[in-house]
Amino acid sequence: MKAIVNISLKQGVLDSQGKATHHTLDTIGFKEIVKDVRVGKQIILQLNTEDEVQAKAEVTKMCEQLLANTVIEDYEIILEK
Amino acid sequence: MNVAVLQFPGTNCEYDTKYAFEMLGAKVSICWHQDHSIPSDTDLVVLPGGFSYGDYLRSGALAKFAPVMNDVKKFAQKGGKVLGICNGFQILVETGLLPGALKRNDNLHFISKFHHLKVVNNDNTFLSKCNVGEVLNIPVAHHDGNYYIDEAGLKELHDNGQILLQYCDKDGNNQVLNGSVEQIAGVCNKEKNVFGLMPHPERAMEELLGCDDGVKMLQGFFS
Repeated sequence: MKAIVNISLKQGVLDSQGKATHHTLDTIGFKEIVKDVRVGKQIILQLNTEDEVQAKAEVTKMCEQLLANTVIEDYEIILEK
Repeated sequence: MNVAVLQFPGTNCEYDTKYAFEMLGAKVSICWHQDHSIPSDTDLVVLPGGFSYGDYLRSGALAKFAPVMNDVKKFAQKGGKVLGICNGFQILVETGLLPGALKRNDNLHFISKFHHLKVVNNDNTFLSKCNVGEVLNIPVAHHDGNYYIDEAGLKELHDNGQILLQYCDKDGNNQVLNGSVEQIAGVCNKEKNVFGLMPHPERAMEELLGCDDGVKMLQGFFS
């Protein structure tokens, strides 16, 4: 199965890239529609298991140890068959 | 004094660091990241600047799992002295040997220039040769130097005298460089044997190269 990990800066931690991107969107004509911009990263893992419980547990460990820096980042795991 | 300078793929300040410590009289060995141990007679481990593992994933994130780091962690936990400069500082916060995290600079630019630093605490080995409030002029060269720590962590840093240096102007007034919380440029752990800073003292060892304020910083380790 496939695990998609979305990583973004925690709420309350200033996202400079999001802010700069928001500013540019404003200047090119999207000021009315855009409320907020957050820039994150996505990591896609192909796993050798179809067991969702095992996949979720292992990918959570990967996030805690390496994929995210939990001092400043949140992560979200989406599993796909 | 025996100094072990670590070398990861992408490290680029190891020879400057070796030169700086040799100039002050140390015996320096360079340790490859795949080594499983540092020399047993090591007095100080230095994690130098550069772009370990290409800064992939996050600066310092992949280096923390290099084989040599297991021994460095043990060395630090036993009270051994460890100094991380720039990317070395990033590796130490990723490893958890130092508190906080280093984010992308607020203005999103790579910043490379001389900048003034104010000594905040000197009751530690590293800055023992400097005076509190003293202004030093040291080069910075980084993209991810924006120091972040939450409020509880910041209070601990203050309470334990763990803030080493702050970015300032030539008169010692705090000055925003990269968005760091309270303009923090360097911190140490609670036990005061692990030190990290974004500026490069090893690049300020001779007047000929602009300034020699780095000498009195690194000399602290020789006391």
